[in-house]
Amino acid sequence: MEIVFQQTPGLTETPMRYCPGCGHGVVHRLVAEAYTELGMKEKTIGVAPVGCSVFADEYFNVDMIQGPHGRGPAIATGIKRCKPESLVFSYQGDGDLASIGMAETIHSAARSENITIIFINNAIYGMTGGQMAPTTLIGMKSTTSPHGRTVEANGYPIKMCELLAALDGPVYLERVSVDKPAAVVKAKRAIKRAFQYQIEKRGFTLVEILSQCPTDWGMMPLAALERVRKEMMPFFPLGIYKEPADSKAAVAEKE
Amino acid sequence: MGEKLFMKGNEALAEGAIRAGCRFFAGYPITPQNEVPEYMSWRLPEAGGTFIQAESEVSAINMLYGASATGTRTMTSSSSPGISLKQEGISYCASAELPIFFANVVRGGPGLGNIAPSQGDYFQSTRGGGHGDYRVIVMAPKSVAEMANFPRLCYEMAFKYRIPAMILADGILGQMMEPLEFDFEPIDPATFELPKWALRGSGGAERRRVNSYDLRPSYMEKWNFRLEAKYQEIAANEIRYEATQIEDADIVLAAYGTSARICESALMLGRREGLKIGLVRPITVWPFPTQIFKDLSKRVKKFLVVEMSLGQFVEDVQLSINGKAEIYLHKRPAGAIPTGEEVLEITKKILSGDQTKLHSKP
Repeated sequence: MEIVFQQTPGLTETPMRYCPGCGHGVVHRLVAEAYTELGMKEKTIGVAPVGCSVFADEYFNVDMIQGPHGRGPAIATGIKRCKPESLVFSYQGDGDLASIGMAETIHSAARSENITIIFINNAIYGMTGGQMAPTTLIGMKSTTSPHGRTVEANGYPIKMCELLAALDGPVYLERVSVDKPAAVVKAKRAIKRAFQYQIEKRGFTLVEILSQCPTDWGMMPLAALERVRKEMMPFFPLGIYKEPADSKAAVAEKE
Repeated sequence: MGEKLFMKGNEALAEGAIRAGCRFFAGYPITPQNEVPEYMSWRLPEAGGTFIQAESEVSAINMLYGASATGTRTMTSSSSPGISLKQEGISYCASAELPIFFANVVRGGPGLGNIAPSQGDYFQSTRGGGHGDYRVIVMAPKSVAEMANFPRLCYEMAFKYRIPAMILADGILGQMMEPLEFDFEPIDPATFELPKWALRGSGGAERRRVNSYDLRPSYMEKWNFRLEAKYQEIAANEIRYEATQIEDADIVLAAYGTSARICESALMLGRREGLKIGLVRPITVWPFPTQIFKDLSKRVKKFLVVEMSLGQFVEDVQLSINGKAEIYLHKRPAGAIPTGEEVLEITKKILSGDQTKLHSKP
């Protein structure tokens, strides 16, 4: 009988503590499948952030390090420069990457560090209980914007792929989502491409994944998925923001 | 080894780290330590290492967190405000037991302060510095030769105990030029066996984890006690100090780093006049050489502490002597530098009974 789906050896058997309907579990699986299928599982070193995915070092079945809030790209830089043959990824949320860690994000991208960042954008601080994030949409309620985020009080949400695309350093930037099976397949393809470019020593790669947080959004899981589609995607358009010219042509030819 | 060199303190520190096997440096400009990253930027690549000018001190220390987790001998350096910024990262390294090496070329504070030499960061250095219960090994050089040779000792202790180790210097030690000799042959880190805990990719064997958290209170308590046991072992094995002419001393000067160097002048001048002055100079300020002060206080009844800060170092002397002798303090904070003559004058006042305890200002 043909096996069409199985648990990836890229993840440990530790049960995940993520809330029902959260996107982290799916993205963990995609990242783990990507490095496993590329034959890199035994050469991968991952960086876990502060936030809901602080426990990522329990789940990814590879060498892992957990570091201070926002500093994943600096930690990954230190590892990669000392172990250039490793596949190094930093897994980060929106508060971690776009707020407290903005300097590390921008500068590792500008240096074109040969690392991959997996960026979960769910527009909220999850672990601390639902505070406003740098990606919280205008009008969206959080525990620190209880009447909804306003431009007057809080300014605008930050579009990270668009921001980083203005730099010369990044070689591959793509925004995807995990709101339906077809999107999950696309997200995995993006993560795999990013890892592939790192293996080819091309430089900085980042995949932004729009994700849902039913718990802190105060929504049922299906309604949360609907919000990703109806509210997040118009403001954070999916797509490739940067890719190497030669592989763009190669991908086009293949398809 | 054997070769006589003439170097600036900051450059000697950088060269000493490289000869001791440093292969990764990340730093950010701040006066008076700029010669360290400048020297590293050309010399470290020559030695096969990596130099990164980070976007901030915060980023630099976290680059070390990652690099040292691979078992590499790493270094960062900064000066007071920059070291404050690194403290969260140093706390993570202490908890995750990563053997980083760093130097604080201390300047005047608090706040932006100035760029003059100071010893105002003594508490920060010897009490852990960042959040949580931890210590780092702190070596306090008094000369350019020691700036060059102490990095090796720091790396040896850091890797033996899996603990951050630092050099507590100041603007004088960083900026002045002196002759020096290395007391060790250059070390090639490629000859080291990679420590078991070092990240490298699982290679099909059991994976490794470097982290600093356990959300279960009873487990984190055990984690703290495990760290404490290590600190006790370090305190039992690694204390270093220098005692000069204490055998017949009526008064003992106590100072570290540049202040100790100045006290050596006072001692020499005083001895010429027939005054029985001794000197105890801690080389490790954590762990602190408590016992020598305790022992001396049974016989010597007067101690003069000299520090370029407002009474930080004196607290460790007080804790050691524990009321068994009189302690006087001469303090020159935030860029003021005492002279040997000045220290001798106060010493004479104390010996003649004119000096008030713990109160001496210029």
